[in-house]
Amino acid sequence: MKKLFFILLMLPLYVSAAENEYIIVIQNHQFQPTEIIVPAAKKIKLLIENKDATPEEFESYSLNREKIIGANSAIKIYLGPLAPGRYPFFGEFNKATAQGVIIAQ
Amino acid sequence: MFATSIIVFREVLEAAIIIGILAAATRGVPRHHYWIVAGLMLGLIGSAAVAASTKLIANFADGVGQELFNAMVLGIAVLMLAWHNIWMSSHGAQLASDARSLATTITEGRSECSILLLVVGLAVLREGSETVLFLYGIVASGASGTQAMLLGGILGALAGIIVGYIIYAGLLSIPLRWFFMVTSLLVLLLAAGMASSAAHFLIQADLIPSLATPLWDSSATISENSVLGMLLHGLIGYEARPAGMQVMVYILTLSVISLGMKLTAKDR
Repeated sequence: MKKLFFILLMLPLYVSAAENEYIIVIQNHQFQPTEIIVPAAKKIKLLIENKDATPEEFESYSLNREKIIGANSAIKIYLGPLAPGRYPFFGEFNKATAQGVIIAQ
Repeated sequence: MFATSIIVFREVLEAAIIIGILAAATRGVPRHHYWIVAGLMLGLIGSAAVAASTKLIANFADGVGQELFNAMVLGIAVLMLAWHNIWMSSHGAQLASDARSLATTITEGRSECSILLLVVGLAVLREGSETVLFLYGIVASGASGTQAMLLGGILGALAGIIVGYIIYAGLLSIPLRWFFMVTSLLVLLLAAGMASSAAHFLIQADLIPSLATPLWDSSATISENSVLGMLLHGLIGYEARPAGMQVMVYILTLSVISLGMKLTAKDR
């Protein structure tokens, strides 16, 4: 049991050894940039920084992700490995303005 | 306003489904309504506290605190539901048919009450904290139409509660002979769905491998965005694009709890 726990603990280190990082900034309820091109078939790490004074929720149906980003704070989120294609995402709390897309190729 | 309704509806619906099923499943447990209301209150207080400490939770564990927190809350709920189902498979039928004369089951029923309190509390905590953050954002932004949006939120919450109540009332109308089979099946699926969600958060935190992202894509048939998709998500943990690991955890949870139920039912 102890050994298994240890292996589980170490697992993230192996898996995330080589990762691609991308930064997205939220300001005035908009994502910047709105379009991000990432390599397909690789694990991706998104760093999302919310510069607004209100919380936002990063959400994407096609990526199957949702995560709250508090006011004036930053989070990271892991994606993939993705098949080539377009993956729209949006800010659930401000859907009218907060829209973007990740393109895996 | 409509958009606000949908967001709040989605969050409230998930908690309402859980409470509706559990309220029905524990009929016969003395004073179960009391424990549900207590769970509801604790959950609401807790969700405000969680919402207020969003930043703290998010920064915990190198930025994946939110996922760990959610996975932990879900994990505890899964354990509680498993316990409930296994316990009910040996005592449930007696409890509903002749609650008053069974002094022993009543004392044992106390553990059932703490399960109720915890599961209801955790469900409200999880869904409630997101709703609180969302509504706080609306108020804090001070944009025009704030009142209409808040009204939309209230309508969405009401709609969610109504669905939960319909599930509760519908389950109670099932003849006793089928009742425990149906409710324990629903609780079983609920637990498996929660376990799959917990796995989802751990994948998102990069703590466990996803094993195929996604395993299938049924979003064209039943979108998670549709009312049917939302209902199925709340009831059986439906996802249009699940990771392979989620499906594996789902099946594993189903199997383990079913096995536990079978073993205790035999002992009776």
